[in-house]
Amino acid sequence: MSEQNPSSVEIMDAFDRRDLAWFIDKLVQVLVFIGGISAIVFIIGIFIFITMEGFGFLLDTLDFREFFMSPWWEPTDEDEPSFGILALIAGTASVTGLAMLVAIPFSLGAAIYIGEFATGKKRESLKVLVELLAAIPSVVWGFIGLSIMNPLIIELFDVPVGLNVLNAGVILGLMAAPIMTSIAEDALKAVPDRYREAAEAMGATRWQVIFKVVLSAAKNGLLGAVLLGVGRGFGETMAVLMATGHAINIPGSVFDSVRALTATIAAELGETAVGSDHYQALFTIGIFLFVITFVINLTADLIVRGIRNK
Amino acid sequence: MTEDTMSLFEETALNAKNKRVQGLYRTLFMLMTLLLITPVVIILATLVVKGSAVLSIDFLFTDPTDGMTAGGIFPALLGTVWLVTVALLVSVPLGVAAAIYLSEYAPDNWFTRLINLAIINLAGVPSIVHALFGVGAFVIFFGFGTSILAASLTLAIMTLPVVIVATRESLQAVPQAFREACWNMGATRWQTIRKVVLPNSISGILTGVILEVSRTTGETAPVMFTGAAFFLPFLPQSVFDQTMAMSLHLFVVSTQVPHVPEALPYGVALVLIGMVLIMNSISIAFRMYLRGKKKW
Repeated sequence: MSEQNPSSVEIMDAFDRRDLAWFIDKLVQVLVFIGGISAIVFIIGIFIFITMEGFGFLLDTLDFREFFMSPWWEPTDEDEPSFGILALIAGTASVTGLAMLVAIPFSLGAAIYIGEFATGKKRESLKVLVELLAAIPSVVWGFIGLSIMNPLIIELFDVPVGLNVLNAGVILGLMAAPIMTSIAEDALKAVPDRYREAAEAMGATRWQVIFKVVLSAAKNGLLGAVLLGVGRGFGETMAVLMATGHAINIPGSVFDSVRALTATIAAELGETAVGSDHYQALFTIGIFLFVITFVINLTADLIVRGIRNK
Repeated sequence: MTEDTMSLFEETALNAKNKRVQGLYRTLFMLMTLLLITPVVIILATLVVKGSAVLSIDFLFTDPTDGMTAGGIFPALLGTVWLVTVALLVSVPLGVAAAIYLSEYAPDNWFTRLINLAIINLAGVPSIVHALFGVGAFVIFFGFGTSILAASLTLAIMTLPVVIVATRESLQAVPQAFREACWNMGATRWQTIRKVVLPNSISGILTGVILEVSRTTGETAPVMFTGAAFFLPFLPQSVFDQTMAMSLHLFVVSTQVPHVPEALPYGVALVLIGMVLIMNSISIAFRMYLRGKKKW
């Protein structure tokens, strides 16, 4: 070892750049990592805190059979309060179901038109319009249900009350459709152009290309769009609170008033004493909603990503 | 050119039929799109017509009077500004940090996928569940009481995915070559992000922030039990006070207050929807302008 050949330690030292910039770099790395994991922390935090508030009820009072099977939601009954959410589930499900009947055909149709037929300026302006429609706040939709749809339904169908499954279902459908349209359009856009070109080279017409090639290639993404719409319907609060009529009821027709799970929490939480059975029961409904939407979103994500990985 | 090749490009009966069918489908889908959009446009037009009757500068800048059946909406407007500002102070730094981590640092592994999944789910959790979380965590556990702080934190967490997704997208739109050039000059990761990545994506981040302002403005359920009050005779002085809010005010005047003149809630709805749509339009216009200006 001569002096012209520095030892490996000296080489390391020469390359060691642990100056201020290096430390700042490390510090930032830690800070942005904290930001990165915040979403996980919040999701877990949400679950922990709503479970904590509903825990006593979950352990002691809650009768799972009664909770899911009984249509009687009478939490304030002095002698024998009952906590059955079956009618509330029926309310949420009927409104969401009708909303999907409205939203699925129209949003898929709109997505096909915007993605496959419309071109240039027309396409751009339709996309902007859809994006703007998706931004209308839910409380405004609720107000529309209350003040515009309500008299309209009473007049059109000659029924005494216009706040019902039909009203909330249509409102929710119009609300969910723009979001479903943009997700569905993304799914159509994700189908490579070479699929279309190959089909057209075989002599297929435009609509044959769309129906036989594009739709089947994009079906997972479209299913994801529908699932996200369902999740949105389940979780929507203000619009269903204002447009359903808020009557506990297992609906027999679209003209019956119902009450949704979300709306029950929104309407009753303010009137309950912190820690009471009623208060904890509302948090238990919250846990139920959290779990359901979690599963729906997870499934939608898995389905949509499934196609991307392929 | 022989007659055979000529006829090859002539329209056959089958071609003509296909063309007609395609035209039919095109019209059908266009009708579906229009049927989806037209009712909403009509509804919005109704809101504008009925709401503009009460709209005036006075309406925006005076207090409600006579048990909220008359007067203006100033406290609600100011309250929404409070709520949105405090929520932004929390969610923008946090969301941008998360996006920087995901775009610049995160390896492609199960943990990053878990973060992405958490973001998707955070966006999908019903707003009323966020409200329950806000009550359990901020109002009760951390002892903030029903206050602007509790409501804004709830809103911030709820709208965090909006900032993260928009920021991540604009960071990822910066070409990798920009970063590599900077690294080769001996810059650290953070120096590269601060001097090269962020300046090239700041306008994209801004459009995301505007979108978040719009979302936060319209949310009602999360603030109902965490900090927004039906009516307050005074304006909030600090983040520990309660406040009124535009979104909740619309709910209150249209469902909770008796004998409200018909036009008043239309006016409130018009102001609310105007705020939201104007902000979204700015965000969209900004995005289009940027797309046109992009040099790479």
